[in-house]
Amino acid sequence: MRIVAVCGAGVGTSAILKVNAERALDRLGLSADVSASDLASIAAAGADAQVILTSTELATAVRAALGRSFAEIIEVQNYFDVDEIGAKLEASLG
Amino acid sequence: MTLPSLPDTAIRVGAHAADWRAAVREAGAALARSGATRPSYADRMIEVIEEFGAYVVVAPGLALAHARPGPDVLHGGLSVVTLAEPVAFGHPHNDPVRVVVGLAVSNAEEHVASVAELANVFNDPTAVDRLSAATSSDEVRQLLGAAAPAGERA
Repeated sequence: MRIVAVCGAGVGTSAILKVNAERALDRLGLSADVSASDLASIAAAGADAQVILTSTELATAVRAALGRSFAEIIEVQNYFDVDEIGAKLEASLG
Repeated sequence: MTLPSLPDTAIRVGAHAADWRAAVREAGAALARSGATRPSYADRMIEVIEEFGAYVVVAPGLALAHARPGPDVLHGGLSVVTLAEPVAFGHPHNDPVRVVVGLAVSNAEEHVASVAELANVFNDPTAVDRLSAATSSDEVRQLLGAAAPAGERA
């Protein structure tokens, strides 16, 4: 399974989302390949991803940049809340 | 792996900022004072928010100001600014901001370890409250688990 964390610049916020998504997956006992991407590269980075993690503010832009894709876009409010990320991943993957 | 050392010049406690741009400028000024970036990096951090919105407010009360690597990043670094008065960044859930962390990275791979360390700190939901209440640079370093540079160690 592939998960991509997306932010505007591709450094910083997406890296935090990646780290905390990996922690959430660990707690759920799931394994996935989580990578970080910026908005400009998401069409390529997200092509074979099942889940895209981003913020509500970027979700529309991510959806437009992705075009046709089977990936589900999950909007995260608090990037440091491993419980929130875990619950949303579980709902999506479960 | 620990956070990059956090000199006094990279910390500003109780800054007064009229709006989010001023708050981000404080974080940029602190990065420039500490030698991590040139002053123009602050403009680029502001441009990221102008272009993509307030998504850099990654948790309640906390903004992670940053831009892409570039020639104005002299070396990777962090700055921490606590605001005397909370400032709205325009985020639907996480406003108002009380703590701005400025992040500069010289390449996209280098920062992942220090970001993981930041995540350790802020996975604790009380961290923003405690940082915002800090009254000295030493207290900020202690809360972040960051060291002072060799020259400033007591």
